Amino acid sequence: MPLLEVENLVVEFPTRRGTLTAVNDISLHIDEGEVLGVVGESGAGKSMTGAAIIGLLEPPGRVASGRILLEGERIDNLPYEKMRRIRGKRIGAIFQDPLTSLNPLYSVGRQLVETIQTHTDLSPTQARARAIELLTEVGIPAPERRVDQYPHQFSGGMRQRVVIALALCVNPRLIIADEPTTALDVSIQAQIIALLKRLCREHGTAVMLVTHDMGVIAETADRVAVMYAGRIAEIGPVREVIKNAKHPYTHGLMGSIPSIGHDSERLEQIPGSMPRLTDIPTGCAFNPRCPHAFDKCRTVRPDLLPIEDSWTACWLYDGEEGRNKEASKKLVAETKADAVLEGNNG
Amino acid sequence: MVAFILRRLIQSLFVMFFVALVSFSMFRFVGDPVNQMVGIETSIAEREALRERLGLNDPFMVQFGRYIGKAATGEFGISYQHKRPVAEMLVERMPATLELALVSAVFSLLLGVPMGVYAGLNRDGFISKVLLSVSLVGISLPTFLIGILLIFFFSVQLNLLPSFGRGGLIDIGLWKTGLLTIDGWKSLIMPSITLGLFQLTLIMRLVRSEMLEVLRTDYIKFARARGLTNRAVHFGHALKNTLVPVITITGLQLGSIIAFAIITETVFQWPGMGQMFLQAVTTVDIPIMAAYLMLIAFFFVVINLIVDLLYYVVDPRLRVDTGKASGHG
Repeated sequence: MPLLEVENLVVEFPTRRGTLTAVNDISLHIDEGEVLGVVGESGAGKSMTGAAIIGLLEPPGRVASGRILLEGERIDNLPYEKMRRIRGKRIGAIFQDPLTSLNPLYSVGRQLVETIQTHTDLSPTQARARAIELLTEVGIPAPERRVDQYPHQFSGGMRQRVVIALALCVNPRLIIADEPTTALDVSIQAQIIALLKRLCREHGTAVMLVTHDMGVIAETADRVAVMYAGRIAEIGPVREVIKNAKHPYTHGLMGSIPSIGHDSERLEQIPGSMPRLTDIPTGCAFNPRCPHAFDKCRTVRPDLLPIEDSWTACWLYDGEEGRNKEASKKLVAETKADAVLEGNNG
Repeated sequence: MVAFILRRLIQSLFVMFFVALVSFSMFRFVGDPVNQMVGIETSIAEREALRERLGLNDPFMVQFGRYIGKAATGEFGISYQHKRPVAEMLVERMPATLELALVSAVFSLLLGVPMGVYAGLNRDGFISKVLLSVSLVGISLPTFLIGILLIFFFSVQLNLLPSFGRGGLIDIGLWKTGLLTIDGWKSLIMPSITLGLFQLTLIMRLVRSEMLEVLRTDYIKFARARGLTNRAVHFGHALKNTLVPVITITGLQLGSIIAFAIITETVFQWPGMGQMFLQAVTTVDIPIMAAYLMLIAFFFVVINLIVDLLYYVVDPRLRVDTGKASGHG
């Protein structure tokens, strides 16, 4: 049984001008100890999916249909108090901006201790000892002294380490990391990702890593889901998706990453921009930007189909459309993912 | 920290000096003090003698220096009207005003903060909307009208509460308090509601909007994601972050409660400093007016100093001497 299962999840935002569908019928699963990367442009619904899983969609956003199961138990329809007991204890979360994730008026130790004591029966002294232990674990020097300091006395990278300590403090089985490094200096990003990766491996924690950084995904994730306009365009093992991108959108994402040692003079870019939630095109949402789009793409919405080792929602791979076999082969051959992988593993 | 307090003290002294200058100039610009003191049949020679004796012929700076020197030792001269030392009269009247101000401030805080928190947490709730609409009335109604309406209902119609005065008083040394008798409390109810109602609505609205603001922040979202209880999130994390602006406004408002108790004191015939000040204005009793001005300025300065110190208690970011951000991640 997978640790987390998301089945046909739909997240809606009722507004004055009609209901917006931010996440439109997505299904995915995360196994114990696995890192699932979720990539896509802003507004693709990645963060919404994460927020829906931990039950913290900002009102009026709501799960309109579908199910979320944690270790086989349905958690999307739990009352607030029951969900609260799961948050922090079984599903941890890390947000984008470490500078604003910590309450400025309390010492980091106090924030750690209160989280530990909310979910366990440890005494204040034990909780404090655990807090110091956690700070040591996330690599904060002189933790006995730092534990009583306030967030403003920590640098951005150090604060994100504290946030990671807070997310991991009662050993949750799953962590939703929503753009955990986007707000940090590039030099610190790699350290934080390495730390997160190491800690989760040591604790056997599964991670849903939401990011728009393909490099981070290539380095960290076991599997990757590519999201576009509220739907999953492609999902599969990270090497397969990166090296052997099937969906034209994934292909475009790969092409738009600059890589050293690649002889192309120009960066590839995907023409146009992601549609707004108010006017998502019929058929495949990507069709207006897709270089390979044909009639069917404009009218019928594709579902995920197993192609080789991954799943892709694209009509190019539909067996009956023989005339596109050539196009899909060409697309696969064109993928420049090797360069991407090499560029980011160094 | 110490340097900060010292700097604030020096600023306060400067403010007090300036207020003293303003109140002193009243003596010189609001008519001739000698004319206020003597009768019509006093001869010019006698007037000159009095003028010389009072030191009114000395240069401005000398007179002003003398005024400040005496004010610093708590001496504000003698009332024209009552022929008694002004300081003595103020000390007599001060307990009435301070008790009224304190009770109405406590009243407005004890009700205003919880109401604001409630309205912030239940933003679209029915009760919140009622509170907001009613508070708009509280803000718009003039103080004297509220006082008169209260008297009309609770004294004239229902005959429940006294309409004027302080009721039973008990001496504690120099301080005559109404807080120790039932009668005194009964007399205090309507004036403090009248005086505190505006502050109550102000604090409620402030706490509400600050709560709404804070509840949107990332650290509240993160606190929820950590699975903290609603109580911990709302009162431990959110409310504490609303305190800095609330303390600021409460401090400033406490000053104005004391200063603008004038109207309430007049409506309820409350024997406080405000009432005395208003009487002094009608009889052009300048020593009282000047001393009142100085005293109110003093209250403001002291309250502001306390407010600044409270910031330090609440917000660790201001405690600079505990070290700077260090270490790179």
